[in-house]
Amino acid sequence: MKHIEILIVGGGPAGLCAAISAAQSGAKVMLVERHDHLGGQLIKQTHMFFGSEKQYAGTRGIDISTILTDEIANSENIEVLNNATVLAIYEDGVITLEQNHKYIKVKPERVIIATGASEKSLAFPNNDMPGIYGAGAVQTLMNIHGVKPGHNVLMVGAGNIGLIVSYQLMQAGVNVKAILDASPKIGGYLVHASKIRRMGIPILTRHTVLKADGKDSLEHATVVELDERWQPIPGSEKEFDVDVMCVSVGLSPLSELLFQAGCEMKMVREFGGYVPLRTEHLRTTNPQIYIAGDVGGIEEASSAMVEGHLAGLAAAKSIGYEHPEFERVYVDYNEQLEALRAGHAGDHIRAGMSKALIKEASC
Amino acid sequence: MRIHEHPVLTYEKGREVEFTCNGEIVVGYEGETIAAALHAAGIKVLKHSIQNHRPRGFYCAIGNCSSCLMEVDGVPNVRICVEPLKEGMIVKTQEGKGALE
Amino acid sequence: MLETTGIPSLEQVNSSFPSMERLMQGPVAIVECFQRIPCNPCATSCKRGAIVPFEDINDLPNIKHETCNGCSLCVFNCPGLAIMVIDYTYSETEVTFKIPYEFIPLPSEGDFVQGLDREGQYLCDVKVLKVQNTKAMDRTPVITLAVDKAYLKTFRNIKVVK
Repeated sequence: MKHIEILIVGGGPAGLCAAISAAQSGAKVMLVERHDHLGGQLIKQTHMFFGSEKQYAGTRGIDISTILTDEIANSENIEVLNNATVLAIYEDGVITLEQNHKYIKVKPERVIIATGASEKSLAFPNNDMPGIYGAGAVQTLMNIHGVKPGHNVLMVGAGNIGLIVSYQLMQAGVNVKAILDASPKIGGYLVHASKIRRMGIPILTRHTVLKADGKDSLEHATVVELDERWQPIPGSEKEFDVDVMCVSVGLSPLSELLFQAGCEMKMVREFGGYVPLRTEHLRTTNPQIYIAGDVGGIEEASSAMVEGHLAGLAAAKSIGYEHPEFERVYVDYNEQLEALRAGHAGDHIRAGMSKALIKEASC
Repeated sequence: MRIHEHPVLTYEKGREVEFTCNGEIVVGYEGETIAAALHAAGIKVLKHSIQNHRPRGFYCAIGNCSSCLMEVDGVPNVRICVEPLKEGMIVKTQEGKGALE
Repeated sequence: MLETTGIPSLEQVNSSFPSMERLMQGPVAIVECFQRIPCNPCATSCKRGAIVPFEDINDLPNIKHETCNGCSLCVFNCPGLAIMVIDYTYSETEVTFKIPYEFIPLPSEGDFVQGLDREGQYLCDVKVLKVQNTKAMDRTPVITLAVDKAYLKTFRNIKVVK
């Protein structure tokens, strides 16, 4: 059994920043990532990030990933385990991992769960047909592996992921026939919507998928307009000959480990599913466990990075490693987070937070 | 289905290797995922659902959803969307839940 | 309209345009950013302070057209690709537009390409004057185009068919 000061689960934007800040505080960190590379979903984000310079605004996600992973590689306090999956968290704080068919047991003083999220699906006839993929999945296929998903795409969901992936499909030379959203308004940033619209791609709000058809894989999709009560309007059906449909209807937190660890969980619609109750220091009701990023509520990568830093600082401090400039950096990161969430786009995040935030216990 | 030129990205590929899918020879790049190599070769149907035998492809491409499970070198339930391709791999469509010998 | 289709209204387009007096003085940036989102690289990239530094990161860009000299740093630094620079003084009949363009093939100088409006509809053929793709632009090339003045308020994008 290996003793560890801080174990971080997940090497995406939140986990990387948590590792960096915990290590800077002086704690020894083990960063566990189930894939063979760090970076999480940053490694397929070819667009420039929003936010401020402190969250690398104007820099492409792929390059932010390189900046952070270089910093991890240069830190003596961080040990990285790639290809390693956390299997279980036990009542006595023992955590088991699998790496390359080996079973590993560790006992960390603190754990930061930064497992991220997974793409949701949408219910309609034949939604399980090959050719119907998560929008993020298509992004992985194109931007990491250099493979086109097909020739003609219907994008379902006009949130930021739907809009950004539509743009990236066009960059890869794939036609996007239309972007749909059941909601009456475009959910993603309007600058993203405008840059796709001016390429001639229609954005159809108040529309949803009625059904998909095809022999062995998608060949055809039927779309319908919705009325004010979100009910299909008869006679408004539109047909699309597409071999790919991207489903981008939201994410849900990958929170299984938190359930297992006995953290008190709550369904928070604004956060995309069940999330742990947490203090302002990102500590769950299990005092050993902290959270950062989408696992605590679906948000942007910029805020995931800031949350990672905060969780890293707080977890390190709780075991006696105080960052040399703790007060200053902690206040600064909190101000960044508040600013990122201050606008209209942050309305639902603030609403979600009011449901998931608890007072600091005396532990 | 390969992207040969991209305005932002350059792709680092492993060496070209052959493997088989249900006995057919397929060419891919070492180290890319099996799912990427199959998709590039136009193979979208990866398995059939257990109860109704409906064709299934991948869905999440990051190892979350289990829509892409196949048999690889005799091992069932391999998530081919995250399994790196190696030369000579024997990839098969898996019918049923699969069992380890 | 913008919120349901992605197409800014004429009022929005007009609100982001400089005065005719300023247009007559040479190159100037036009910022088509109509939604409060947490994003400020336009302001931090502006060396002249023409895009006023934000108090809140969610502020809408406030551009002082009289201070802007059309340097185009913001054009490739805006993550939303929402900024273009126009020079109304280019010729009697034509105005130039500098727009970000992240697609391949890139056009070549001297080419005629399709000019599109904010819906992606074809307007007219436009001439490519310059294609800049420097290291500082970090894979967001900037294309300079000569466009008939009749399309001053409608031209917004190009399509390159090679």
